[in-house]
Amino acid sequence: MIAYIIRRLILAILTIWAITVLSFVIIQLPPGDYVTSYIASMSASGIGVTEAEAQALRIQYGLDQPIYVQYLKWMGMIAQGRFGMAIEWGRPVMDVIGDRLTLTIVISVAAIVFTWALALPIGIYSAVRRYSIGDYIATLIGFIGLAIPGFMLALIVMYVGFKYFNASIGGLFSAEMADAPWNWAKFVDLLKHLPVVAIVLGIGGTAQMIRIMRSNLLDELRKPYVMTARARGLSEARVIMKYPVRVALNPFISTLGYLFPYVVSGSIIVSMVLSLPTVGPLLLKALIAQDLFLAGTIVLMLGVMTVVGTFISDLLLMWIDPRIRFEKQ
Amino acid sequence: MAETTSPNIGPALPASPREMLPQELPTSQAEEQIAVATQWQLMWWRFRKHKLAMVGSVILILFYLVALSVDFLSYADPDASEAQRSLMAPQSIHWTDNGRLSPYVYGLTGKRDPKTFKRVYTIDPEVKIPVRFFAKGFEYKWLGFIPSDIHLIGVEGARADETLFILGTDVQGRDLWSRLMYGTQTSLFIGLASVALSLFLGVVLGGISGYYGGVIDTVIQRVIEILRSIPTIPLWLGLAAALPGSWSVQQVYFAITIIISLLGWTELARVVRGRFLSLRQEDFVMAARLAGCSQMRIIFRHMVPSFLSHIIAAMTLALPAMIISETSLSFLGLGLRPPAISWGVLLQDAQSIQALAISPWLLIPSIPVVVAVLAFNFVGDGLRDAADPYG
Repeated sequence: MIAYIIRRLILAILTIWAITVLSFVIIQLPPGDYVTSYIASMSASGIGVTEAEAQALRIQYGLDQPIYVQYLKWMGMIAQGRFGMAIEWGRPVMDVIGDRLTLTIVISVAAIVFTWALALPIGIYSAVRRYSIGDYIATLIGFIGLAIPGFMLALIVMYVGFKYFNASIGGLFSAEMADAPWNWAKFVDLLKHLPVVAIVLGIGGTAQMIRIMRSNLLDELRKPYVMTARARGLSEARVIMKYPVRVALNPFISTLGYLFPYVVSGSIIVSMVLSLPTVGPLLLKALIAQDLFLAGTIVLMLGVMTVVGTFISDLLLMWIDPRIRFEKQ
Repeated sequence: MAETTSPNIGPALPASPREMLPQELPTSQAEEQIAVATQWQLMWWRFRKHKLAMVGSVILILFYLVALSVDFLSYADPDASEAQRSLMAPQSIHWTDNGRLSPYVYGLTGKRDPKTFKRVYTIDPEVKIPVRFFAKGFEYKWLGFIPSDIHLIGVEGARADETLFILGTDVQGRDLWSRLMYGTQTSLFIGLASVALSLFLGVVLGGISGYYGGVIDTVIQRVIEILRSIPTIPLWLGLAAALPGSWSVQQVYFAITIIISLLGWTELARVVRGRFLSLRQEDFVMAARLAGCSQMRIIFRHMVPSFLSHIIAAMTLALPAMIISETSLSFLGLGLRPPAISWGVLLQDAQSIQALAISPWLLIPSIPVVVAVLAFNFVGDGLRDAADPYG
C-alpha cells in the first residue's frame, strides 16, 4: 500500500512538472512577448515607445534571454515561493491574485457540495424507483443539465433574474461590500450570493453524477447479497443504504479528482458572465496581454489544485474501498 | 461480417432472444431470424428500441440537412449590415389575410429615441409585406456546384426597404435567422472535424498502447493521465490566445479544430485501448494468429470490426463536448472570430445583461446548441447500449 501511495505521489509530482512546462510553453507561444503587446497598446493610445525603452523593459523582466533560461529562472523563483511581478499591474503576482484564488476555491467547493447533495438522493431514488415518474423527471433534468453549458445557464439565469425578479444576479458580493475588508457581514453577504453561483456551476456535474449513481446502484441492487439481506428480513431502507449505496458511492469519490478541474475550468467562463471576482477573468486578461508571470502562476495553481484533488480522491478511495486497498498490496 | 461474427456468436446467442424479436413475427421464425442476423442487424434492432435515441437521430439528420442547405434556408446575406435596422425584434408572420392563406408581415418604421438614443421600431399596419415560399433571392451554389437563387422563404420582388426578419437583427442590423443558419453549418462541421481528428489520434495511440503493451503502453497512459488532470479551459484559453491576430478565418478555424481535438482524443484512446486489451486474449484472435495472418490483417480484418461499434458510440458522445467547447471558446472571443459565424460567435452578442435586457432574441442561438447537444447525447446513449448486442 505504501508503494502504491508513493507511486501516486511520484505521478502527482511528475504531473505538476509537466504542467509547469506546458503552461510556460503555452504562454510563450504567441509571437512577441509582453513588451510587444505593451508597445501595441501604448501606441494605440498615442504614446510612442522608443527601441531603447523597449529593450530596457525586456532586460528588466528578463525577456531578452532564451526561453529555457527564462523557464529555469521562473522555476527557481517558484521554488523559493516567489511568483514574480504581474507586469501589467506593477504589483507582485500574489498581491493581484490574493483573495481571488480563495474565492475560486470557495465557489468550486460550494458547487461540488451542491452537486453531491443533489445527485446522491436523486440518484438513489432513480435507481430504487426505476421507471417511475420521478425517475423520468430526474433523467430529463439530468440530460438538460448536461446539454446546457455553464455560461449559457449563467446567461439565462441572469436574464430571468433581471426580467422577472428585477434582481441583478452576478458578483459574489453586494456593491457596498465588494471592497470592504473581511468581516462577519461580508461573509454573510457571500453566503447569500453563493447558492445561485453554486447551482449554475454545479448543474452539469450533478447531471452526470445522477446518471453514474443510478446505473451503479442498479448494478449493485441486482446482486445476490441484496436478495440475501432482503430474505433475512432487513428493512428495505437498511437493505439499500447499508451496502449497495456504499459500494455505489465509489464513483463519487473517484470522480472527485476529475470533478474538481471540471468545476474550476467551468468557473472561469461562468465567472466572466456573472462577473465573479475569481481568477478566471484575471487569467483571460493576463493571457491576452501575455503577462507571463501572472498567467503562468494562475495556470500552475489551477493545475496543482487539480493534482492535489486527484491525489486526495485516490487516498479516499483506498480508504473507503477495501478491494482497492488489498489489490494494490 | 459473417466470418467475424460466427466464431463468437455461435455459442453465445443473446441471453434473452425473445426480448429482441421483431414483434410482428411468430416466435420460431423470429428466433431463426436472430440466429442468422448479422452483428449490425442485431445492433439496429437493439438501437430501434431506444425511443429517445431514435428521436435524437431524426433531429440530428434534420440538423445536418440544415447545415447542407444553409443558402436555401436563409433569405438574406448573413454579412449584409445596415445601421438603419439595428436590433429589430423578431417579426411575427401573419398567415392569413382576409381568410385567404397569404402570409405577410407588417412593415416597420424605425426612429431613434431622442432621450435614450435607442432605435425604436413601430409596426406600420398600412404596409403589408407579402412573404412567399420558394422565393427568388441572392444567388448561391447549392452543395458548392448547383447554381440557384431559390430560397425557402423570402419577400419577392420587393423594394429594398421591405424586408423580413423572422428572428430579428443584431446590433449591426444583420438578419439573425440567416446568420443562425450559417452558424449551424460552422458549428456542426467544426464538431465533426474535431472528432475525426481526435479519432485518428485516439485510434492510433490507443491502438499502439493496447496492442503492444509494455513500456509504450505505460508512457502513453501517463501522458493521457497528465493531459486529463490539467484543467481544460485554461489550457484552451492559453492555446487559443496564442493564435496570431493576423490569421485568416480559415487558419483560425483549422487551429481551433486542432486545439479542441488535442484534448478530446484521450477518451477515445482509452476506449480503443481497453478493447484491444480484452480482444487480444480472445480465441478468434489467437486462431487468426495461428492460421498465419499478418499483424495488419489481424488488426483490421478481425479486431477492428468487433469494436467498431464501440468507437462509433464513443465518437457520438464526444461530439457534443466538442460543440460546447467551440461555442464556449468563441463566446469568450478566443475561438472563431468574426466574420466567421458560429453559434458561439452569435452568442457573443448576448454577453452582457444590458444587451439581453434590450434585445432578448439575441439568446436564440442557444436553443440549437442545447437541442443538438441533447440529440447527440441521446443517440450516443442508444448506440452505446446497442454496441454490444450480445450482452
